[in-house]
Amino acid sequence: MTAVPHLQIKNLRAKIEDKEILKGMNLEIKGGEVHAIMGPNGTGKSTLASTLMGHPKYEVTEGEAIINGENLLEMEVDERARAGLFLAMQYPSEISGVTNSDFLRSAINARRGEGNEISLMKFIREMDKKMSVLEMDESFSHRYLNEGFSGGEKKRNEILQMMLLEPTFCILDEIDSGLDIDALKVVANGVNEMRSADRGFLIITHYQRLLNYVKPDFVHVMMLGRIVKSGGPELAERLEAEGYDWIKEELGIEDETVNANV
Amino acid sequence: MSVDVQLRFDSEAITEFSKANQEPAWFLEKRLAGLKAAGELQLPALEKTKIDKWNTTEFEPFLTAAKAAAASELSDVVKAQIDVDSVKNLVVQKNASAVFAAVSDELKSKGVIFASLAEALVEHSDLVQKYLLNAVAFDEHRLTALHTATVNGGVFLYLPKNVEVEVPLQVVFEVAGDHALLAPHVLIVAEANSKVIYVDTFVSGEGTNMVANSVVEVYVGAGASVQVASVRSLSADVHDYSFRRATVDRDGKMEWILGEMNGGNTVANNTTILQGTGSTAKTKSISVGTGSQRQNLTSQVQHIGTLSESDMVSKAVMTGEAVTILNGITKIEKGATKANGVQAESILMLSEKSRGDANPVLLIDEDDVKAGHAASVGRFSEESLYYLMSRGITRQNAERLIILGFLDPVVAQIPVGEVQSRLRQALERKLG
Repeated sequence: MTAVPHLQIKNLRAKIEDKEILKGMNLEIKGGEVHAIMGPNGTGKSTLASTLMGHPKYEVTEGEAIINGENLLEMEVDERARAGLFLAMQYPSEISGVTNSDFLRSAINARRGEGNEISLMKFIREMDKKMSVLEMDESFSHRYLNEGFSGGEKKRNEILQMMLLEPTFCILDEIDSGLDIDALKVVANGVNEMRSADRGFLIITHYQRLLNYVKPDFVHVMMLGRIVKSGGPELAERLEAEGYDWIKEELGIEDETVNANV
Repeated sequence: MSVDVQLRFDSEAITEFSKANQEPAWFLEKRLAGLKAAGELQLPALEKTKIDKWNTTEFEPFLTAAKAAAASELSDVVKAQIDVDSVKNLVVQKNASAVFAAVSDELKSKGVIFASLAEALVEHSDLVQKYLLNAVAFDEHRLTALHTATVNGGVFLYLPKNVEVEVPLQVVFEVAGDHALLAPHVLIVAEANSKVIYVDTFVSGEGTNMVANSVVEVYVGAGASVQVASVRSLSADVHDYSFRRATVDRDGKMEWILGEMNGGNTVANNTTILQGTGSTAKTKSISVGTGSQRQNLTSQVQHIGTLSESDMVSKAVMTGEAVTILNGITKIEKGATKANGVQAESILMLSEKSRGDANPVLLIDEDDVKAGHAASVGRFSEESLYYLMSRGITRQNAERLIILGFLDPVVAQIPVGEVQSRLRQALERKLG
């Protein structure tokens, strides 16, 4: 890696159908940093994740997102992934007939490019290694992608993909929802193993819980479709203890959701 | 009522072809009866598909082709279907000529007959006569009548009692040239407790306005087991009609594996008659519709024997402006107690303009039976595409993964490795 990875989001506005959800989002993430975005439901957190990844339902109306000097918003979804972006999704699709391992190999090879495909042996070795970190049963590699997986299995599978694809920016969209404490620790373990100076993280969550295991460098609070408050790990702890009302009071916000007419 | 059918051939041409091939007199009689019936009968009535504008009669029935002395001399489209260097048990037909045949001594020593129909009509006339056009009647409708009049090849496969053949026997049918016809009649007779796997592939060369009109008849004896796999990769320039029928005796097993990968309009009807007690039928069919092609694909089972069992699975993927009607018919006759028939059809549509209809039908005249059906028609999920692409996979490869994944549960269950790979190959070719 020649330069420190860099993701810059400037005044990003996005809508779904005719409803604006992101209303001027600003954020900068560099390699080595872990950012957490917290906030109540309906404030635009997941929309931010989907918009950055390029979900077809969201339309960017203003602003920019630059990944390592390139305009992320002009790229197709697959190009964004190959540029180093990864989104661990809240609701991963189930794809019948495509085995987990066939899918993962296709994804790895898509990134490596033609003529540079991973050898089957190396792929199996890598996958076995990462699966054992995530305490996943071997049978997962032969099962159809996410089909019939429990909520927790799907989340582990998202982290498995992240570990194998080695992206430069990882967005985790409520990866902790629906996980019991043991599974949460396993997932956190996978994330921590990937922390490095060459990689940035954006962790979206409702709760402080995950942040006990993955220590963030920066914590942001999202309301009304943008970041309204930023701080260090102590901000997350205060939110856990006191909830969000004090921020709303401080900022004079009555309804924090994006539906509010502000 | 008489129907006005304009033909590019007459009884003289048919008689001439029959005589040139030294066909027995009974067969020429059938041909001429077929020709007469073709002028009187209607086209088959098909669910939601009108075929009266399709090419059913505009062909030259008896275009001949040169024999190939070795497999290496066969057309490239045929060679793509075979292992040229180790050919055994292979019959190849091009238009109205049997151009190649290789049958192993091992087969011959077991008393198995595996020959072109032309040869079998001369060498085994009585045996052929006993079975030919019994399961399928020559006068069911205009297409079977036309087929009977213009049969220009096919295969006779006969297994004596208790003979098991482990390796798949292979046939390749090729049609090529303007207005060329491919009208093979495949006749498979498996005597009691015999076992065989038959695999054929339909391919086409250069040409316009081509027609394929084939009939397959399978007689599965008591305790016998027959697998018929047919992979059709005909181009958009061919209109393809096929009528396949099997009758199964006590404890016999019939399995169909069908890859409908044609590029052009297709009518296929596949029927198994479970005559005997404990007889079983399995049908697995996959199809990919592309361009503006129209397909009407029917799988049907008739339960007559008690304790008979059937299982039909059909899957179709639709792209472009293609339209496919997928019919599944399970009929259980009175007296077929303890019969069990299940079927499932599913269609995945990839484009706005493509259309697929799944029509499951259960007709049950007996109380003491089990039967079930499932049908689903779905549009391609943008969400699935997004998910795969979000891992760096290109749109084209993501679509491919989803299509192959949709069909895989059927393909992966195909027991013969060679058939499976042939089907995958046809699938890859069809997906471009």
